[in-house]
Amino acid sequence: MKRSREPIIWVLFGGGGMASALFLPVLILVLFIALPLGWVQSAPIDDLQWLVRHPLTRLGLIVFVMLCLFHWAHRFRYTLYDGLQLSHLNEVIAVLTYGMAMVGTVVGAYLIWGVG
Amino acid sequence: MSETLTVPETVILEVFRYRPEVESEPTFDSFEVPFHPEWMILDALNYIKDDLDGSLSYRWACRMGVCGSCGMLANGQPVLTCATYLESLLPGPIRIEPLEGFPVIRDLVGDIGDFMNKLSDVKAWLIRDEEKPVEDGEYLQTPSQLDDYKQYSMCINCMLCYSACPVYRLEPEFIGPAAIALAQRYNLDSRDEGAEERMDVLSQHDGIWGCTLVGECTEVCPKGVDPAGAIQRYKVSATMDYFKSLLMPRSSS
Ligand code: SF4
Repeated sequence: MKRSREPIIWVLFGGGGMASALFLPVLILVLFIALPLGWVQSAPIDDLQWLVRHPLTRLGLIVFVMLCLFHWAHRFRYTLYDGLQLSHLNEVIAVLTYGMAMVGTVVGAYLIWGVG
Repeated sequence: MSETLTVPETVILEVFRYRPEVESEPTFDSFEVPFHPEWMILDALNYIKDDLDGSLSYRWACRMGVCGSCGMLANGQPVLTCATYLESLLPGPIRIEPLEGFPVIRDLVGDIGDFMNKLSDVKAWLIRDEEKPVEDGEYLQTPSQLDDYKQYSMCINCMLCYSACPVYRLEPEFIGPAAIALAQRYNLDSRDEGAEERMDVLSQHDGIWGCTLVGECTEVCPKGVDPAGAIQRYKVSATMDYFKSLLMPRSSS
């Protein structure tokens, strides 16, 4: 009997859920609230750039962006599929949502690699 | 405050009726029944059947939350009618309908054939490669091995979870909460050897992957089975199984 290939998507979805729940709030809090408001002392900008320039940081960030996007794609796919009852468009929706996640990942990777 | 203290003399039940030989479309009949604080919805239905309209059809048996046959919608919520106080639904009228997702045969009685078939699709029973002879004694199990599956074995097949599941209502092919929880009940049983066979059915799209983790099944389950949790656990094992078979194609089917 043919088994579904869903596990691949589900791992990306689950990983994305975990990653975004754990890291996204921290990143937003630190980078966009705490630092601009001066709640914490900023590391010298050079240090931050050094951190972002490190290949492992870049790779981590790219994986993080990818997981978040696939998490979104999977949710959005089922929102359209069940929520709007578009199950007859299953293939189109899957290609569009996961496709957008892939494109987003590539764009993200390009931007992240361009930093610094 | 004073309102909640007044005990009504009677309460109105609006009961879903469908008698194929009488009406072509379902309708609602209103019945006024005496209110007693100790009455369950089922007591009110039995009062209707005994004293007001003997033609009302519905399923029930044990009156104590173990037979799983009296599940209905009360004001739109899937409940066991033998375990839901009339009082909890005051002031009324209280609307009683058959469980959603099952074609109505008559009044509050739905056709549950689909669920029965799914139970056999997932092989919800103990599977052994080889039965050992009776002389060799029982299959022993430690208390902690029992704990592994006990929660799932509490399922009484009431089908409230199916009625609550939006995926099942949209896609009746979905194997659904209780059948998956019951498959897990046997998979996690140390005496069972059927996990591989069940995986073939459960790892398809209409198996566990149909579930989008809405979680309503777990909300309505009167027995604390947590079918949503069972499905998530199964997704983890199916995923590990999948990647294992990718890495070692020959060792797995
Ligand atoms: S899992 Fe719970 S709600 Fe579903 S059939 Fe079993 S006892 Fe009923």
